[in-house]
Amino acid sequence: MRKELEKYFRTEKLPHIWCPGCGHGILTGAVVRAIDNLKLDQGKICIVSGIGCSSRAPGYLNFNTLHTTHGRALAFATGIKLAKPELKVIVLTGDGDCAAIGGNHFIHACRRNIDITTVVFNNNIYGMTSGQYSPMTPQGAFATTAPYGNIDRSFDLCKLAQSAGATYVARGTVYHIPQLIKLIEKALLHKGFSLIDAISICPTYFGRKNKMSSPVRMMEFIKDACIPAKNAEKLTKEELAGKIVIGEFYEEFAPEYTEEYAKVIEKAREGK
Amino acid sequence: MMAEKTFSIHVNDRACKRCGICIAFCPKKVFSSENGKPVVTNLEACIKCKLCELRCPDYAIVVGGEENE
Ligand SMILES: Cc1ncc(C[n+]2csc(CCOP(=O)(O)OP(=O)(O)O)c2C)c(N)n1
Ligand code: SF4
Ligand code: SF4
Ligand code: SF4
Ligand SMILES: [Mg+2]
Repeated sequence: MRKELEKYFRTEKLPHIWCPGCGHGILTGAVVRAIDNLKLDQGKICIVSGIGCSSRAPGYLNFNTLHTTHGRALAFATGIKLAKPELKVIVLTGDGDCAAIGGNHFIHACRRNIDITTVVFNNNIYGMTSGQYSPMTPQGAFATTAPYGNIDRSFDLCKLAQSAGATYVARGTVYHIPQLIKLIEKALLHKGFSLIDAISICPTYFGRKNKMSSPVRMMEFIKDACIPAKNAEKLTKEELAGKIVIGEFYEEFAPEYTEEYAKVIEKAREGK
Repeated sequence: MMAEKTFSIHVNDRACKRCGICIAFCPKKVFSSENGKPVVTNLEACIKCKLCELRCPDYAIVVGGEENE
């Protein structure tokens, strides 16, 4: 590891538990590099996760960290941010953790526009529990619980976040790391709720179930499926089928929840 | 010339899990596979894009040394 990055890791806990070629290691590296590029105060960052392979990430990171219960990372993070608004709160979560069991917490955190950066390690599957489909598994893909192909339609997490009220929304991937680092930096600087849908790879379960068991094959799949948001605008729904649109989708400056809450406290104290 | 001499790519064998990503996606084919293990066999071709380092899931690669030396 590069010397300058060592201080951000609990190096005694490495190597991490993730499988060879698991995208979660790549994404964790991107989060750390974004933090390093911005020279944020390490002691003023709190990283929160739920449960899943992805949610193990904070355990390897040398910050204030909290590993919570399945789906509830955003609920804990909301509490932390309200109690200590001066902290930069980052949630690292999985597609199952965030969009399935945690879906309700997710839409309401978006709606409140609370200043939390959420990076979803989206590998389109429940990795930790051996490959059940998630709300992010594409229609037609295979999973342990979809041996004949998944008939559910998947969420577009970025559209979901935007319509629920998130004020910074972008998607990147484990293949396009320089771009992803920039997107995470922007999300971290944004005041309000920011979402990064970070496309990950799970060669062990998603890959094995979908004839892409090698990490290289999964990376190739992502590389070939991605198109930049600007190019996607010109395409029809049919042309976009099976594509992963990447880039920045939305940015808005709107009142932030903890600031609004501080005003309520102020008013109450003045007895108005 | 001196700069070229001090430039190196370091792969930490203990950290590497042999996923093959660095070997497959280096734009200049700097690495070869020795039973899955990445070995730097074409250092001169490296354009220092650092994509291998950024994409390594196990933080096993460090590209360059000249600026640190
Ligand atoms: C309340 C509760 N329900 C179910 C589980 C079992 N469980 C653990 S991780 C997980 C899914 C994780 O999927 P995801 O968030 O996508 O993470 P990944 O492992 O894919 O990174 C489930 C269902 C649990 N731990 N707690
Ligand atoms: S099961 Fe999948 S998500 Fe979990 S560590 Fe292995 S590759 Fe990564
Ligand atoms: S990307 Fe990293 S873990 Fe994978 S083969 Fe290369 S050095 Fe090893
Ligand atoms: S820095 Fe770029 S060119 Fe050099 S070895 Fe790494 S990926 Fe290849
Ligand atoms: Mg998952």
